[in-house]
Amino acid sequence: MLFVIAVPLALAAVALLVPSNRRRPLVLLAGALLHAAGVAALFASPPPARPGAWLAFDPLAKVTLLTTTALFVAAAIYAQGYLARRDDRDNRVFVGGLLFLLATMTTVALSHHLGMSWVAIEATTLGSAPLIYFNHNARSLEAAWKYLLICSLGIALALLGTFFLALSGAAPGGPRSLLLEDLIRAGPMLSRPWVRAAFVFLLVGYGTKMGLAPLHSWKPDAYGEAPGLLGALLAGGLTNFAFLSIVRVFQVTRAAGDEAFARDALVGLGLLSIALAAVFVVGQRDFKRMLAYSSVEHMGILALGVGLGGAAAGGAFFHSMNNGLTKGVLFLSAGNIHRAFGSKTTDDVRGAARRLPISGPLFLAGFLAVTGSPPFSPFFSEFAILNGAFGEGRFLVGGLFLALLAVIFVGMATTVLAVVQGDPGNAPRVPNSGDSWLTAAPPFALMLLVLLLGLFLPKSLAELFGAAAQLVGGRWE
Amino acid sequence: MSSFVDLVFILVVVIDLFLLASSRLGASIRNVAIQGALLASLPLLLAGEGHHLGHAVLLAGGALAIKGFLIPWLMFRAIREASIRREMEPIVGFVPSMVLGGVGVALAFAFSSRLPLPDPGTHAFLVPTALSTVWAGLLLVVTRKKAVSQVLGFLVLENGVYVFGLLLSDVMPVMVEAGVLLDLFAAVFVMGIVMFHINREFSSLDTEKLSALKD
Repeated sequence: MLFVIAVPLALAAVALLVPSNRRRPLVLLAGALLHAAGVAALFASPPPARPGAWLAFDPLAKVTLLTTTALFVAAAIYAQGYLARRDDRDNRVFVGGLLFLLATMTTVALSHHLGMSWVAIEATTLGSAPLIYFNHNARSLEAAWKYLLICSLGIALALLGTFFLALSGAAPGGPRSLLLEDLIRAGPMLSRPWVRAAFVFLLVGYGTKMGLAPLHSWKPDAYGEAPGLLGALLAGGLTNFAFLSIVRVFQVTRAAGDEAFARDALVGLGLLSIALAAVFVVGQRDFKRMLAYSSVEHMGILALGVGLGGAAAGGAFFHSMNNGLTKGVLFLSAGNIHRAFGSKTTDDVRGAARRLPISGPLFLAGFLAVTGSPPFSPFFSEFAILNGAFGEGRFLVGGLFLALLAVIFVGMATTVLAVVQGDPGNAPRVPNSGDSWLTAAPPFALMLLVLLLGLFLPKSLAELFGAAAQLVGGRWE
Repeated sequence: MSSFVDLVFILVVVIDLFLLASSRLGASIRNVAIQGALLASLPLLLAGEGHHLGHAVLLAGGALAIKGFLIPWLMFRAIREASIRREMEPIVGFVPSMVLGGVGVALAFAFSSRLPLPDPGTHAFLVPTALSTVWAGLLLVVTRKKAVSQVLGFLVLENGVYVFGLLLSDVMPVMVEAGVLLDLFAAVFVMGIVMFHINREFSSLDTEKLSALKD
C-alpha cells in the first residue's frame, strides 16, 4: 500500500527538479499511470487486514480510490494537451502540486488512524491552494486566499474534534487510541458527550473541505478561477475524500450509540446544501461557478444518502463514484469552452457546440448526466437514494429532495443551453484553442464510463457499494 | 511548580485579550511568539510521572522552534516587505472585540468545570485556557481585514487547539504531533507566499480589496 503513496510523492519531487517546461507534464502522466497500476495491484491481491496497522484497504478506500484513479489518469492525459498550450506559464508548481495532491488524497483513503487522516487532509489543502493561483491574476489570487483561509479554519476545528474523539476514549480502560478499529470496538464505552462534540466539530471541519452549505463559501471562487483540470480533480476527487473522512467519524459515532443525532445532522446539512445550490444555480451566468454550486448540491446528496441510511447509503457510495466521474467530464469540457472563448459567462459564450464539436456536446451530455437524466449512472444512484428515503418512511425528505432536483435541472439547463446552443458568430475567439485529441478524448472517455455504469453495473462493483454501505448500517438494493 | 504552571496559563489568556485589543501588528506578532514559547514549555511542566519524558522534550522543542521562532520570523518578514504597521478599521472595533473575548474567557471558565474529563488530575486551567484561546483566534480571523492579522488569528486558534492536545499527550503518537506541527508551519508558509502575491498585485495587504468574486 505504501507504493501508491510513495510513488506520486517521489514523482512530485522529480517534477520540481525537471528543468524543461515541455517535458514536465510527462512526469504527471507517469505518476498517474503508476498510481493506477498500484491501485489495480491492490484490487488484484488485497492486502490482508492487520490489527493495529495505520493503513488499510477497506471498501470505502476502494470506492474512492477507484474513482480518483480513473479521474486522475484522464486529467493527466488532458494535462498533456492543456499545458502544451499554456507554455507561457511555468508549470513546475502545478505539476508537482498535482502529484503531491494525489499522494495525500491516497493517504486519506488508506489511513485508519484519525490523527494521520487529519494531517493528510490538511496537506491536501496546502498542496492544492497554490494550484488555484495557476493563472497568476488578481481573481485567482483572491480565490486561493479564500480557499486557504476558510479551509484552514475548518481544518483547525477538525483537529479540535479529533482531540475530542481521542479524549472520549482516554478514560482508564478506554481504547486510548485514535485507530478506527480500536474506537469502533470500544463503541459504547466511549464517553458520549465527547463523541457528540467530536462529531459536530469534525462534521463542520471536514464539511468545510467537502463544501457542504453553509460552509461552502470558498467553493464557487476556487472552482471558478482554477483551471478546469484542477476543478475536475477538486470537485470529483478531493471532495470525495473529505466525505470519506466524515463517514469514518460517523462509523465511530454510530458504534458509540449516538447514531440518531448524527443521521439528523447529515440529513439536515444535506438538504440545506441542495436547497442552497438550487437558489444560486438559477440565473447563474458564470458556467464554472454554476458547476461549483452543482458540486455543493452533490455533496449534499452524499450527506443525505448516508444520513438516511438503508438503501440510500448504498446509493450514496454509488453516487460518489458517478458524481466524481461526471464532474470530470463537466470541468474538463468547461475548461475547453472557457479556453476557446476566453470567457466563462453566458454574456460572451454561445454556440459552443458549433465551435467545439466535441467539448460543446460533451458539456451538454455531462449536464444531463449530473442532473440525473437516464440512462446515465447518476440517475440510478439518485434514484436509489430517493428509493431509500421512501423506504425508510421519510416522505417529506424524499419529496423535498425531488422538488429541489427539479429546480436545479431547470436552473442549470438555462445556463448550459445558452452556452451550447446558438451561433458563435462574433463571440470572442482565442487562437489555437479548438478541440484536440488530448483535450477532448479524456472527457469523452469519462462520459462513456458514466454511460456504461448506467447501462450495466458490474456485480463486483455493486457488491463493493454494498460492503461500503454496510459499514454505516446501510445496504445495497 | 504548580503556581508557575498557573502563571503560564494566565499569561496565555492575557495575551489572547491583548491581541484582541491591539492594532499594532509588530507587537501582535511578538506576543504571538511569546504565547507560542509559553505553550512550548507546557509539555515539560505538565509531564508527571508515567509520561514519556522524551516525547515531552520532542514536542516542546518542536513547538518552540516553530511557534516561537520560525513563524514569527516569517510574519515579521511579511510586514517588513509590505511595510504595514497597523490594523485599521477592523470589522468589529478593538474594544468590543476585547469585551467579546472577555465574555468568552468567562464562559470557558464557567463551563469547563462541568465537562467530564477522564483524568481527574488534569490542571484546572487547561481546558478553559484552550477554549478561550480557540475563541479568541476565531474572533481575530473573522473580525480583522489585514491578511497578516487573519494569519495571526489562525495561529492563536491553533495554539488553543494545541493546549487542548496536551490532555492527550499519551494518546497521540509522536509522528502525528510532528505532522500537526509541520502542517501548521507549511500552512503559514503558504499563506506567507500568497500574502506576498497579494501585496504585489494590490499594493496592499487589505483583504477588503479581495472582493471581485461574489454572487
